[in-house]
Amino acid sequence: MVNTWIAATLVAVIAGAVGFFVVLRGAAFAAHAIPHGAFGGAAGAVLIGVNPIAGLGVFAVGGALGIGWLGRRGRHDVATALALVLMLGLGALFLSFSVEYAAAVYSLLFGEVLGVPSDELLPIAGLGIACIAALAVLYRPLMLTSIAPEVAEARGVGAQRIETGFLLVVALAATMTVPVVGVLLMFSLMIGPAATAGSLTRSPRNAIALSVLLALATVWLAVAVSYLTNLPVGFFVGTLGAVSYGCARIWTARRRGRTAPA
Amino acid sequence: MNVPAPDPSADDAILNVDGVGVWLAGREVLRDVRFRIMPGEFTGLIGSNGAGKTTLFRVILGLQTSSTGSVLVGGRPRNRRNPIIGYVPQKIFLDPDMPLRARDVVALGLDGHRLGVPLGWGRRRKAVDSMLDAVDARRFADARVGNLSGGEQQRVLIAHALISRPRLLLLDEPLANLDIGAEGEVVALLARIAREQRIAVFISAHDVNPLLPVMDRLVYIAAGKTASGTTAEVIRPEVLSALYGQHVDVLRVHGRILVVAGTEGPPAVMFEQPNSAAVGPGIASPR
Repeated sequence: MVNTWIAATLVAVIAGAVGFFVVLRGAAFAAHAIPHGAFGGAAGAVLIGVNPIAGLGVFAVGGALGIGWLGRRGRHDVATALALVLMLGLGALFLSFSVEYAAAVYSLLFGEVLGVPSDELLPIAGLGIACIAALAVLYRPLMLTSIAPEVAEARGVGAQRIETGFLLVVALAATMTVPVVGVLLMFSLMIGPAATAGSLTRSPRNAIALSVLLALATVWLAVAVSYLTNLPVGFFVGTLGAVSYGCARIWTARRRGRTAPA
Repeated sequence: MNVPAPDPSADDAILNVDGVGVWLAGREVLRDVRFRIMPGEFTGLIGSNGAGKTTLFRVILGLQTSSTGSVLVGGRPRNRRNPIIGYVPQKIFLDPDMPLRARDVVALGLDGHRLGVPLGWGRRRKAVDSMLDAVDARRFADARVGNLSGGEQQRVLIAHALISRPRLLLLDEPLANLDIGAEGEVVALLARIAREQRIAVFISAHDVNPLLPVMDRLVYIAAGKTASGTTAEVIRPEVLSALYGQHVDVLRVHGRILVVAGTEGPPAVMFEQPNSAAVGPGIASPR
């Protein structure tokens, strides 16, 4: 149980911080596609008998590079969708060859937050620190390219390079967190708390801090309630994320004295 | 291509565009564009949508390579990290839900291209506050930038471009989507910046009229070709007819200028005040 709390805490910090930039950049679809597509890589890894995390990593990084590369020639959402369906298709193929191991792969969809082995904590912490460090280095160019990519280009910042770097951070975050909390949970944790934080505070620094705090509260609460009720963690994380965002919108709308835009 | 005799003022020009031509996807977008801008001058880049205004800006910024000609910024070939140029783009992505205050956008103008987390908060805050004062935007410094009006956002973006202390400020259609009151305020602000800080302002617009009171010179662009000089030199039927390749009349009504095309059939207005029912400048040829 201690391992669960540590792992969940690490995952929440990463998801909250990365999620802030995902929401700021309107990259929710890429944040959806990379972990889900990486699931196909885990299926491939199980098929050839290596650690599923290696498969997750290869597919997540491959997907990020693919989206970054295709997105510079055409529409970003189309590139993201194509990367996702390609990786999912491969995953389906791998799964069809390895029926007896499918259960292990399917567990990646929902994660095993209540059964994290101690020897997985260190790699999770290491990847997490790498993610946060990368975000700190890219902080200002990420903000600038989010609002005015042309200005960034004119000042010598390659907007496409920054975008690909950011997608790689998402891939890194997905690789480390998916085995713990699963694909679905990771996605909800990146979007819900960050979106809620963004509508509650105006300053980017406060929004990042609040996003991390909300992700922590969500995960801790979800794990505790799930432990008590024996219902899936993912249900509670997803519901808490959506409900907290809804409450935040209602609260800000009331405070502004007008209805919030949809 | 004949080379014009060197002008004594060429060395002092903050921007010297000399014979620039650009081909994009097999189409000639700019042809033999030449003009220069002196320090502290207020210059308009006037032309309809699709005339090549944004492409010309991209060449000046070094985001687009030209097929022919050269661009000198401050007497030197421009490069991509040129801090002499400040740029206010036409397209920006400001969502009302973004957790980003006006002061954050201005601060990004200071050091948004650098890696790492910003340090020296006190010094940055002071620089941002004095910049916000300079564009009269201090009162909404802590407002969510996506919730500001179009005119307020333009002020924030101008501050964003000015805080790196450029000597040339490029603005791509900053008056588009502004109501007439905000339009006048932004133009007056830019004129004051040019005069007081000796920053050359180069502003693109599809309508010459809002800029008439403050403009020192203008560059008129049509179908990728340009003519430059003072308003009186450029906005003349002979000059504009040569640019458009068809007969063009210039009407002056109540201190406003209307450029009207066509010798047969009903005239088409080439530019006019915004929101009028007249045919837009992009579809100027007579039917």
